[in-house]
Amino acid sequence: MEPLIPPTDLDLQVAIGPLRLANPVMTASGTFGYGAEFANLVDLNRLGAMVVKGISLEPRPGNPPPRIVETSCGMLNAIGLENVGVKRFINQKMPFLRTCLSRVIVNILGDSIEEYAFLAHELSGVAGIDALEINISCPNVKKGGVAFGTVPEMAAAVTQAVKRETDLPVIVKLSPNVTDIVAMAQAVEQSGADAVSLINTLIGMAIDARTRRPRLANIIGGLSGPAIKPIALRMVWQVASTVSIPVIGIGGIGTAEDAIEFLLAGATAVQIGTANFYNPGATEQILTGIEHYLRQQGETSIRAIIGSLRLGV
Amino acid sequence: MSEYQENSVVESIERLADALYRLTLHAPCIAAAAKPGQFIMAACGHSLDPLLRRPFSIHQAATSGTIQLLFKVIGRGTNLLSELRPGQSLSLLGPLGHGFQLPPSGPLCLIGGGIGIAPLFFLATKWLQQPRPPESCVVLLGSRTAEEIRQLATDFSELGCLVGTATDDGSLGHHGLVSDLLPPFLSDLKQVCTCGPTAMMAAIAGLCRDTAVPCETSLESHMACGLGACLGCAIPGADGHYKHVCKHGPVFNAEEVAWSR
Ligand SMILES: Cc1cc2nc3c(=O)[nH]c(=O)nc-3n(C[C@H](O)[C@H](O)[C@H](O)COP(=O)(O)OP(=O)(O)OC[C@H]3O[C@@H](n4cnc5c(N)ncnc54)[C@H](O)[C@@H]3O)c2cc1C
Ligand SMILES: Cc1cc2nc3c(=O)[nH]c(=O)nc-3n(C[C@H](O)[C@H](O)[C@H](O)COP(=O)(O)O)c2cc1C
Ligand code: FES
Repeated sequence: MEPLIPPTDLDLQVAIGPLRLANPVMTASGTFGYGAEFANLVDLNRLGAMVVKGISLEPRPGNPPPRIVETSCGMLNAIGLENVGVKRFINQKMPFLRTCLSRVIVNILGDSIEEYAFLAHELSGVAGIDALEINISCPNVKKGGVAFGTVPEMAAAVTQAVKRETDLPVIVKLSPNVTDIVAMAQAVEQSGADAVSLINTLIGMAIDARTRRPRLANIIGGLSGPAIKPIALRMVWQVASTVSIPVIGIGGIGTAEDAIEFLLAGATAVQIGTANFYNPGATEQILTGIEHYLRQQGETSIRAIIGSLRLGV
Repeated sequence: MSEYQENSVVESIERLADALYRLTLHAPCIAAAAKPGQFIMAACGHSLDPLLRRPFSIHQAATSGTIQLLFKVIGRGTNLLSELRPGQSLSLLGPLGHGFQLPPSGPLCLIGGGIGIAPLFFLATKWLQQPRPPESCVVLLGSRTAEEIRQLATDFSELGCLVGTATDDGSLGHHGLVSDLLPPFLSDLKQVCTCGPTAMMAAIAGLCRDTAVPCETSLESHMACGLGACLGCAIPGADGHYKHVCKHGPVFNAEEVAWSR
């Protein structure tokens, strides 16, 4: 079938603050490794951006197994933020990432405000890094282990500290495990965040009735996949309706239609997570599907559909 | 190393025992690239539930472009696989992971427990591509009952292996553990390759360590991606660091694994 509008005439570009993306399809942190893992399966020059596995100052070993368990239309994970640490990331993972045309966004995590700030400083001069995404769903060790992502003042403080150390665009990734995600988004917007991404995983649990044991060694873990999509969509819509910085939609996206729903709700871009596991080609298929949708809708620019949800009669 | 997301077509499905099936799939890209000990991730079912692909060892790969899986029905995913019929499609991702490292010369002993026998058939086929006497490929198979291994024991014999069997109920071969069969062979062996329950592999790894025979073990872990991306498949290594079964394994030298965890 001949496309009504040739692909070259479609404008898929979006801006995440100062960061321009060729298209709105990104990978979600922790689900796409450091890119190289998918090199044989996905064209790493074609994605809007790749967000790499969360990086901390020192390497982290992660949690004991079992770390993952499948649930209805989803999965729980308790990886425990296993990562190679910032030095090895820069020396061993960045050389490959620099060869890819897709933008590279580094997801960072820490257990103190100082650690986040230091990471931002370390990563700022590194060639090939286009933006930072701050994972604030981590316990603040100095504040009794309360997650940065659940207290607006703490999230704001992390954002400010990171912004002070870097000129890179800063995306703050919000946790859904809060009473009021809009308050969190507003707090980080006021602290200078260039964009917010949401949602991270929802805390959940699974039990093996036969053995009477939790299915994860960590007992609790983060729920992801299609099961969380309605919650993510609702939160994205609420946040996008309130803040004026760009919103990146994440949560259960597996098809182009899913992605488009997030764009309609107000997301400027989307991240694909768990779908990379059950369908490694998901990102490229979603991109192609979005192009198809635009042609079907008679639109030439992706920006025409962002936030174009029709309300009322 | 290259992996493919390939839509395979079912050529045949045989029921070898009560819950044991052998599935033959046309998957030319994976068949051509596969090495013994590697595995595939299969998308059992066509919906979002069950969501994740299931890992299966490559039981056989032929130059004609087919691969075989040997699987036991234990839950929803494997139950869906057992319902496949010729002509239907099954999305595969593979070949994945690191397979068995082999010594230049034998004799070799392959020890399989239960469904762990699956990868050993491909290994034996490759090993016996060069003309070798049966004593150079000793195969020891263990299971609960005769039913589960009768067909496989015949297949290994026909391939030209020296086959020993052990069953929990004594219905075929030695009445007891398959690892009981190993000691008489140990002094001559160049290497042992094993796949099966962890307790069985730990026992075999111990016997091999005592006699300084290299031992390659194929491990299992729950997996989401099979590509080294999710870090979900970690197992504790002997060096105190976690190893990822899908990437560093599934075949590990027994000395790399922390057996008493
Ligand atoms: C590298 C590797 C090779 C394997 N090769 C074979 C093979 O050749 N033949 C065979 O029959 N089985 C093999 N297995 C085990 C097989 O993957 C499981 O039996 C299968 O995933 C069970 O799926 P289910 O939906 O039927 O069971 P369920 O219990 O319903 O599965 C629920 C979840 O747990 C996971 N799971 C359950 N048991 C296992 C297990 N033992 N190992 C890993 N994940 C598990 C499933 O993948 C799924 O995500 C292999 C496992 C690994 C890791
Ligand atoms: C195995 C796994 C590991 C993850 N690791 C990280 C991480 O390191 N940092 C982070 O910010 N989010 C991490 N996430 C969360 C995802 O990036 C994403 O926010 C979440 O999974 C929801 O999207 P999905 O439903 O499309 O997977 C991880 C998710 C999974 C499933
Ligand atoms: S299964 Fe995902 S890293 Fe091994």
